[in-house]
Amino acid sequence: MSWTFVFVLGATAYAFKVLGLVVIGDRALPPVLDRCLALIPAALVAAIIARDALSSGTNLGVDGARIAGVGVAVLLAWRRAPLIVVIIAGATVAALVRAL
Amino acid sequence: MLRDERMRQVVSACATLGIAVGVFAISFGVSSVSAGATVAQTCVMSLIVFTGASQFSAVSVIGSGGSPAAAFGGAAILAARNGVYGLAMAPHLKGRLGTRLVAAQLTIDESTAMSAAQDDEAHRRAAFWVTGGTLYLFWNLGTLAGALLGKAVNPQTFGLDAAFPAAFVAMLWPMLRDRRCAMAAVIGAVACVATIPFTPVGVPILCATVGIVVGVPAPKRVAG
Repeated sequence: MSWTFVFVLGATAYAFKVLGLVVIGDRALPPVLDRCLALIPAALVAAIIARDALSSGTNLGVDGARIAGVGVAVLLAWRRAPLIVVIIAGATVAALVRAL
Repeated sequence: MLRDERMRQVVSACATLGIAVGVFAISFGVSSVSAGATVAQTCVMSLIVFTGASQFSAVSVIGSGGSPAAAFGGAAILAARNGVYGLAMAPHLKGRLGTRLVAAQLTIDESTAMSAAQDDEAHRRAAFWVTGGTLYLFWNLGTLAGALLGKAVNPQTFGLDAAFPAAFVAMLWPMLRDRRCAMAAVIGAVACVATIPFTPVGVPILCATVGIVVGVPAPKRVAG
C-alpha cells in the first residue's frame, strides 16, 4: 500500500464529510428530503446487521458462530440489556460456538 | 451538563459504544498489516480517513490482490454516506465554522445513529460529540494495538466479527419503535442482502439507502 493511497483516501473521506455537514448542511432542505434523511440511520444500520449476519464478502451464507452471536444480541436488545452487555455477549457466544 | 439523570445515561451509553467499537479497531489494525500496509500507514489511515467501513473495504480489496484504483473506488463510495449523514446532522450541529469542521471528521455511522436515537436537541448534540470523540480516541488506539499485534491474533477467535453487528443490533432496536424507521430498516436490509452476490464489497450498504423512500409521503396530520 502506498502513502499516496492513504492520503488521497483520507482527503476524499473528509471532503465528503465537510460537503454534507458544512457546505450543503447550512441550507434549509425541502421537508420531503428532511423526512427521508431522517430514515438513513435505520436503513443503513439494518443493512449492516443483515450483511454481517448473512454473508461473508460477496458470498451469501451463514457463519454458524457469527449468527449465534447476532441472535443472542437480538435477544438481549429485546430484553433491553445495556449496550456493552449486548456487545460482549454477542462476541463471547460467537467465540464459544467457534471453539466447540 | 451531567446534572440530569437522562443526560448521564446518554453520555455513558455513547461512551460505552465508543470504547466497544474501538475494540473492533484492533481487527482493522490486524487486517491492514496483513494486507501489506506498514504500522505507520495503518495508523495514519485511521487518523485521517476515520470511517471504518471504507478502511476495511480498502484493505480487504488490496489484501485480496485488487488494484489501488478498485480499492479507492469502493472505499470512496462508502465514504460518501458520511456526506449524507452530515446533511442529516447539520440542523443539530450549528455553531462556529471551526467547530463544524471538527464535527465533520466525527460524522460517521455510530455518532449519527446514537444522535438520531435521542429525542431532544441537547441530548442529540451530547450523543454526537461523546460518541464521535470517544470513538475517535479508541478507534486510533485500537488500530495501533492491532497493527502492532499483527498476525499474532485472529479476531474471529474472540468473536470480534460478531461484536460489530451485535453493537448495531443494540443501536437499531430503539429506532424500530417508529413505524417509518422500521419500514426503512426492513427495506434497507432486504436491498442490501439482495445485492450482495452481484456487487463489489461495500456497494450493498449503499443500495440499502433505497429504504428512505418510506419518508416520501407526508405524514398524516394529527387531529386537534
